Amino acid sequence: MTEISLVVELTVLVLAIFLGFEVISKVPTMLHTPLMSGTNFIHGIVIVGAIMVLGFADDSFTKAIGFVAMVLASANVVGGWFVTDRMLEMFKRRPEDRK
Amino acid sequence: MISDPDVVGLLYLVSIVCFILALKFLSSPKHARRGNWVGGIGMVIAIATTLALDGISNWLLIVVGGLIGSVIGIVGARTVKMTAMPQMVALFNGVGGGAAALVALSEFHVSSGDLAGEEIVSVVLSALIGSISFSGSMIAFAKLQELLSGRPIVFAGQNIVNVAMLGGAAALGVALIAGADEQWVLIGLIVLALVFGVMFVLPIGGADMPVVISLLNAFTGLAASATGFVLNSLLLIVAGMLVGASGTLLTLLMAKAMNRSVANVLFGAFGQVQTGAGGPRVDDGRTVRATSPEDVAVQLSFARKVVVVPGYGLAVAQAQHDVRQLAELLEDKGIDVAYAIHPVAGRMPGHMNVLLAEANVPYDQLKEMDEINPEFPQTDVALVIGANDVVNPAARSDPASPIYGMPILDVDKAASVIVMKRSMAPGFAGIDNELFLEPQTTMLFGNAKDSIVKLIAAVKAT
Repeated sequence: MTEISLVVELTVLVLAIFLGFEVISKVPTMLHTPLMSGTNFIHGIVIVGAIMVLGFADDSFTKAIGFVAMVLASANVVGGWFVTDRMLEMFKRRPEDRK
Repeated sequence: MISDPDVVGLLYLVSIVCFILALKFLSSPKHARRGNWVGGIGMVIAIATTLALDGISNWLLIVVGGLIGSVIGIVGARTVKMTAMPQMVALFNGVGGGAAALVALSEFHVSSGDLAGEEIVSVVLSALIGSISFSGSMIAFAKLQELLSGRPIVFAGQNIVNVAMLGGAAALGVALIAGADEQWVLIGLIVLALVFGVMFVLPIGGADMPVVISLLNAFTGLAASATGFVLNSLLLIVAGMLVGASGTLLTLLMAKAMNRSVANVLFGAFGQVQTGAGGPRVDDGRTVRATSPEDVAVQLSFARKVVVVPGYGLAVAQAQHDVRQLAELLEDKGIDVAYAIHPVAGRMPGHMNVLLAEANVPYDQLKEMDEINPEFPQTDVALVIGANDVVNPAARSDPASPIYGMPILDVDKAASVIVMKRSMAPGFAGIDNELFLEPQTTMLFGNAKDSIVKLIAAVKAT
């Protein structure tokens, strides 16, 4: 990966904090549980780190650690997404089967 | 294979935009599900881009690890009951934190002490926060799943032991930053952080879990963000921080809805210490009045506006579907029905809404506290099911009460209040509820599900 200067990284970090608070404060209380599982899914992005560690590993220690990280991160990504989708599907205006 | 770093950076930028859009779509249940798909696309782009990086090998391990994790994830997500959602979220949260800590550990191992100053700081933070999040979430899971007692588990000197452990981990962290390059130092830090995570969640009671889960959610986000600094990845920095912001906001909201500081929730061992507190009970001769399903059915049938106030007791009794049936019966009679949801109803933020949505309650009937409170004075019947502390008027009027100042649902302003309860046992805070003695209140004792089934029959008969 290219080196990015620390100041650039910190700038992006601070902007992300403000953006995060801005966007999240618009989420209604009703959807807070899907919000939690949805953000759960998003922090599954560490899977990128797990792939990089495991993909570039050449000793057995790193391979072992990277493998476990890969299992954990993919459970996080896949589980987080499906559970959020399952929940959001339930939020309906009026059930169609009402007479 | 992608070798141009700018192409990689641009593809990662697309996933960042997808994640932000996913959160933006969550502002309304109308398009929230579409948002989750957008987020999914962002994740696929991020994963595909990373897999296509120049020099990635060990394909077998990557594929096998990914498959094992995916199977665990799908099976867990498909089979979990909606009442068990808090522990599922805790579990997925924990594995994310664990993965972040492990990524930090292997980066440290590979570099063999050759990390820049800010990178070693990030390794330490990622390992520390990720490990606490992992073991803390596992304990939260065990408590919610009732593998461990939901009651606070406390012992003498607990806070001192915890501080010592965290201090030890911090000392190892400082040593690493100061230049210690031996691996056992980082492993020692991880072990201490893991034990601290366990000790830190053990003393927290079941009803305080919404705060803890939100906080652990924030922790995992921060750990992912710190990992981003280690790997020089803006994608991880931004995505992790979005989660950090979300978790922090929810933690503060939950604590506010309980009128307690976050510190008090984490270190107070509430349910344990304050049981029985709440000032002397004044016996003023008022007694609770019990009622029958038939009487309640008549009251409901002649009402114009009914507000249902569900608490966790409703979910425990698995009565959501029956409540929805009752509400539909009343609506067919032309009665206006709404549900009043307190922010801390359930075991995690917004839990009660999910439970009612699962029972096919349309979401436009689910009203937040600030929205429904002004409507109680025009409400004919407030039906309180399995809720206690969140409707206790002492929170408004009695400065001696431990829940004084907590925002509550103003059900006592309704013309008539019916409280469905198993017995006269006090709620989580262990205090008496004045509401039960008010002249407009009547009590319908018994299991919530049985009572509602009887009510449905009685309403049909009237």
